Amino acid sequence: MHIVDRRLNPSGKNLANRQRFMRRAKAQIRKAVHESAGSRSIKDADEGGEVVLPAQGVNEPTFRRSSSGGIRDHLLPGNKEYIAGDTIQRPPRGGGGSGSEGAPDGEGEDDFRFALSREEFVDLFLEDLELPDLAKRRVVNAEALVYHRAGYSVSGSPANLALNRTVRNSMSRRIALRRPKPEELQALLDEIEALDPADEIKRLELQEEYARKKRRTGIIPYIDPLDVRYRRFEPHPKPVAQAVMFCLMDVSGSMTEHMKDLAKRFYVLLYIFLKRRYKNVEVVFIRHTHQASEVDEDTFFNSPETGGTVVSTALEEMQRVIQERYSPDNWNIYAAQASDGDNTASDNDKTAALLTKVLLPACQYYAYLEVGRDSEHFPPGFIRRDSDLWQTYSTIIRAGAPMAMRKVGHRRDIYPVFRELFAKKTGTEAAAE
Amino acid sequence: MSSTLIRAERPLFEGADWEFGTIQRSYEEIEKIALKEMGLDVYTNQIEVIGTEQMLDAYSSIGMPLFYKHWSFGKHFSRHEAMYRTGMQGLAYEIVINSNPCISYIMEENTAMMQTLVMAHAAFGHNHFFKNNYLFQQWTDANGILDYLEFAKDYISQCEERYGEVAVERLLDAAHALMSQAVHKYPRKRAADLRSEEKRERERREHDEKVFNDLWRTVPGKENTRQDPTAAEQRKALLELPQENILYFMEKSAPRLAPWQREILRIVRIIAQYFYPQSQTKVMNEGCATYTHYTIMNRLHEKGLLTDGAMVEFLSSHTNVVFQPEFDDRRYNGLNPYALGFAMMQDIERICTVPTAEDKQWFPHIAGCNDHMNVLRDVWANYRDESFILQYLSPRLVRHFSLFHVMDDSNEPNLRVEAIHDERGYRKIKQALAKQYDVSWNSADIQVVDVNLAGDRRLILHHRALNRVLLEEKDARLVLQHLADLWGYDVLMKEVDPATDAVLKEHSASPKPGIVRIEPG
Repeated sequence: MHIVDRRLNPSGKNLANRQRFMRRAKAQIRKAVHESAGSRSIKDADEGGEVVLPAQGVNEPTFRRSSSGGIRDHLLPGNKEYIAGDTIQRPPRGGGGSGSEGAPDGEGEDDFRFALSREEFVDLFLEDLELPDLAKRRVVNAEALVYHRAGYSVSGSPANLALNRTVRNSMSRRIALRRPKPEELQALLDEIEALDPADEIKRLELQEEYARKKRRTGIIPYIDPLDVRYRRFEPHPKPVAQAVMFCLMDVSGSMTEHMKDLAKRFYVLLYIFLKRRYKNVEVVFIRHTHQASEVDEDTFFNSPETGGTVVSTALEEMQRVIQERYSPDNWNIYAAQASDGDNTASDNDKTAALLTKVLLPACQYYAYLEVGRDSEHFPPGFIRRDSDLWQTYSTIIRAGAPMAMRKVGHRRDIYPVFRELFAKKTGTEAAAE
Repeated sequence: MSSTLIRAERPLFEGADWEFGTIQRSYEEIEKIALKEMGLDVYTNQIEVIGTEQMLDAYSSIGMPLFYKHWSFGKHFSRHEAMYRTGMQGLAYEIVINSNPCISYIMEENTAMMQTLVMAHAAFGHNHFFKNNYLFQQWTDANGILDYLEFAKDYISQCEERYGEVAVERLLDAAHALMSQAVHKYPRKRAADLRSEEKRERERREHDEKVFNDLWRTVPGKENTRQDPTAAEQRKALLELPQENILYFMEKSAPRLAPWQREILRIVRIIAQYFYPQSQTKVMNEGCATYTHYTIMNRLHEKGLLTDGAMVEFLSSHTNVVFQPEFDDRRYNGLNPYALGFAMMQDIERICTVPTAEDKQWFPHIAGCNDHMNVLRDVWANYRDESFILQYLSPRLVRHFSLFHVMDDSNEPNLRVEAIHDERGYRKIKQALAKQYDVSWNSADIQVVDVNLAGDRRLILHHRALNRVLLEEKDARLVLQHLADLWGYDVLMKEVDPATDAVLKEHSASPKPGIVRIEPG
């Protein structure tokens, strides 16, 4: 009998199988990922986690006998009242009455749930997406130093001893100073040994030479402190890419829960996306009615406000926060605004001016999301007028600003719209444009 | 059993913690009981301690220590992992592999009692069964399986490098879909070697000489009525049709497969064949292992090697394992093979030692023979579930489980109770239950019956729909597609009622490119 302890064997034996499975079920996993992302809070939106796949598509079919029809025998334990010849009402399908046999292979048609790691999750989530402007990378502070190899030095810690270089130096020095090799000494000794005992003169000569060489070996060390070299490292400041994401939302009475939910989903996507590209992403929540304020996430989404709608207040608040904390020199600034499109008519010009003059030059990207009602339908012949904000922003976009806007009415549109906004524009322009 | 009660001075362990010394000592004590007192005969044991992730690994590759790569194993792994993480499913305490040496995996988080139990159960119970049961002897090669798996793994990964992962995956998908139709159910005739051929020839001649009588030559006989076999018969004989091992048929006869593809089909087929005995001996295998651990643990306790605490822990765990919920219980999920197997083994012991009048009538050959271990060893060696139940399910057990037989005919409005646990029902129940464990009743009877060699090379299969139970249509279509992809030409499946030979349903599939090259048109 042997006992083998296998606990320390390398783990991850199943990784290759898992990757194959992920590749196989990619389309479905992707869909599941997007659905599950919606139900998370913004900050932990990019954690890995469990997703549920429909059993279709990754099932393994076999020839098996149908679970209905024909003549079947059931042998059941626990008879209490029946006697031979009794008839029993056929139980409804799926009821356990006469022992539903379940799927023969033990795997029902249940949905298939499994857990994704954080990387897998984000990878799938953001496949083929790209941030529009990543150019601005700034050095911020000294804690982001990285060390790069930079040649050799004569001093350093023993851990950094450059062995190859040291021995090379030592060898060239030994050759230059003609340090006798051990083989030479041995050869001399052998020669003395083999010498004719009568040849006294020759022997003395050789012995003297041997002594001289031996002394020389002692004087010239094998490795001299002069030879020793250390690997040198040079600190380099590392550009730390950091981003701040402004979430602007209209919270006036006209925004329904449904609209807020749509907006939240969009923010979640943007957050995950930025998080992926920048080490350090901060989020600022600004809500506004006829006045604006910076709030935390919970208040942002959950506490209702009443009042009119003046969009420019939010933009002013954003401007203030940027000036105070996020200098455009050091930060990549992204903004996402969600609104139902209402604005006080007199405020439109001010809004446009603020955006074009102050905010857009500071921003990498500004996305405006107009959220509509889930079941928005209009009587035939009714042409829907574009909202105030939509009209205002259209003129700005036409001028070629780094800005995009979309309308979204249903949850299922959020992700396509997001992809549309950030799709890689390589070669062919994204279809949506 | 001569229970010479020499109580040990110290129990094997106290408390739940274990270390390798504990396992070693427990193993030695178990071995003494298993080999000397129970007379078990086992392969050399190798006990491997593994962690959770490794157990999940083993789960997903049907328990084998090494296996080729396929997405479906990743799927099973992910499923088990998710279920384990969310606490919906616990992990098995052990996995045992039918190999020589017999490898038993035991989990590191088991308690010391659990490790002892698991060794008694797997390393002796299952191990004895693997080594001695005729099905395993006939169908599996415990010495060679690990080497074969190693070969299979290497071969398939080489194919992936050479022909691409996608091509291999397509092929394995198709092969896995047909895996349950990939076993020979009866041993095939082996080609005789020259020596035995010669011997047989000599015996025949001797026999002819012995019975030679010239008179027979003069008796007028019928004309030579043997007809030449028809073309259809010839073709069927050539292709060994009808053939129920579909994967074997594909490997040997599919016209367009490349040699490496045939080899991979063969690998899948051989692995399926290796697991074939397990599906026929669930009740016996678990019954044997459970009976063994129960006996051993009790003996250990009698000898004072187990503390009372450990014994209580054991009994609670054992009771859970052999628990059989009744049919109207929410937990009911078919007959528990552990419960049925264990009860039958114990019942045999009872019949051998303290038989009742009823037992003497039903089992005259073993009742009161007083050597139950001998009977059990014989049972373990020579039966499979079906024949075991047919032979040894006693009326007492039918009463104990209150078994009853319900017939569900979809043409009738109601279910009918055919038999219950009474004098008239014992035999019927025994037969019906045995049938449930008969593989040929459980799995669909599908055979390749003909190939149109002269024309479009269409492959024709029959499913003999026993009791008018048809195939699950959606799945059947998918599998048939795989089959057509392998065959390279159209495939037709007829579902036939074996009673009337009427065709109940037909499915057909045309090949799609991917596995073999499909000619347009």
